[in-house]
Amino acid sequence: MNNDLNPALFYFLAAVMLLSALAIVYCRNLVYSALFMVVCFLSIAGLYAMISADFLAAVQIMVYAGTIVILIVLCIMITRRTTMERTNMPEKKYILRASVLAGLLFFLLAYIFVNSEVLPTTNNIIALSGDTVSGLADLLLGHYMLAFEIAAVLLLAAMIGAVVLAKGADEK
Amino acid sequence: MHTGLLASLAAFITGLIESLLGHGFAAQLIMVLLEIIAIFAVISLAVIIQVYMERRICGFIQDRLGPNRVGPFGLLQTVADMIKLMSKEDIVPEKANRLLWGMTPMLLFIPAALVYAVFPFDEGAIFADIGIGVFFVMAIMSQGVLMFLIGGYASEDKYSFMGAMRAVAQMLSSEIPIAFSILAVVMVTGSLRMSDIVSAQTNVWFVCVQPLAFIIFIIAMLMETNRTPFDLVEGEAEIIAGPFTEYSGMRWALFFLAEYANLLAAAILTVTLFLGGWQGPFLPGIIWFIIKVLIVIFIFMWIRWTFPRTRIDQMMALSWKVLLPLALFNIMATGIGIYIYKWIY
Repeated sequence: MNNDLNPALFYFLAAVMLLSALAIVYCRNLVYSALFMVVCFLSIAGLYAMISADFLAAVQIMVYAGTIVILIVLCIMITRRTTMERTNMPEKKYILRASVLAGLLFFLLAYIFVNSEVLPTTNNIIALSGDTVSGLADLLLGHYMLAFEIAAVLLLAAMIGAVVLAKGADEK
Repeated sequence: MHTGLLASLAAFITGLIESLLGHGFAAQLIMVLLEIIAIFAVISLAVIIQVYMERRICGFIQDRLGPNRVGPFGLLQTVADMIKLMSKEDIVPEKANRLLWGMTPMLLFIPAALVYAVFPFDEGAIFADIGIGVFFVMAIMSQGVLMFLIGGYASEDKYSFMGAMRAVAQMLSSEIPIAFSILAVVMVTGSLRMSDIVSAQTNVWFVCVQPLAFIIFIIAMLMETNRTPFDLVEGEAEIIAGPFTEYSGMRWALFFLAEYANLLAAAILTVTLFLGGWQGPFLPGIIWFIIKVLIVIFIFMWIRWTFPRTRIDQMMALSWKVLLPLALFNIMATGIGIYIYKWIY
């Protein structure tokens, strides 16, 4: 995989990503929104693949495009079984709060990306270990072991909590 | 470097094209197009062979003849069926969501065909030997269920919808045992790359090292490919044909095509991960590969026509309460085994 980005491909993927992201918000049918989400996630995976992060691209496809979208569609179908028209209507009440939060997030991310010294310096995994999979494994199970395990335990706790909630309380 | 028959053939064709067009973009483009055509040719040919095999094996197991009228031994029956399907009327349900409904059969074929990019057919004969090989297959295979869901939803019909719900439940619960049984193989190999997994099996096949993972993988693959005893997605006796209830003619044929492309992919994956891939004595790699794949497909068909269909709750219980704990135990045992092995040597 060559490191010089193909600009045409990059702009194509970025355009698809942004347009589908807009479509997620503006589609009035939740199923269409969810489907545009798949398109958006797949183009993000394409961007990851372009910067030689092939493992991350596959994770993006498997975890986000594969599982989360299925769950979203399932939720939609279980909660509202009448026609899916006009299920994703804009909520005027929260526009101000949402735009303030989104603006803050945007400036935070912009700040981080402009001052790239804030980011960890061990980002060139391929230079470290030859390929992305073993490089990621070395970092995750070596240097970032504690954070990785804490995240795993947190996810396990969340899963058990979800199972308990879905089962319902024992009223005795 | 020693290369197999198929790789030599590919190198010969590349040389031929480059001698005609030079080392340019045009030659590369033609090679890529040829590779894509080769994948589609392999899939279509395999579908024709598998449909014939399925019907004859079914006939043999149920003590009847199966198709034997069109052509010698009924070999042309599938071709005749294809012509019949093409000439059928295209029925579109009135209430269906036309756009999604029409898109689904075409999109369904993309993930089914894409996984063939990383399968090693012979020594050096692999379209993209990427570092994340097996993981790529898992990621792409998990996309298939979305098409079933959308197809079932867009049909606006209760049986299609139930089939779509079942497809999601079934594929989610089959993917996790598959991933964990593959993980044991990856732990032994130490690589996700397909060619590494095959070359790690030069001395001993992984079916001997990982028998438990092999059994879990086969059962979960039967679920993933919707084959009896786990064909609940299209259980005819319960929900007509599941997500494809409203599809007819060529649209239905595309579902059928994807189904058999998935079956072939499952067989190739089994052979690559557990049965030594293309490796074998005397014969060239591609011949061994075809023999092994056909045997695995035969076993899948044997299972299909021998066992009765399970209920959906039985399938879910098997997946989550039996296969998943066993797969987790297998990973732990493999980890301890690798540790002991390193300690001894």
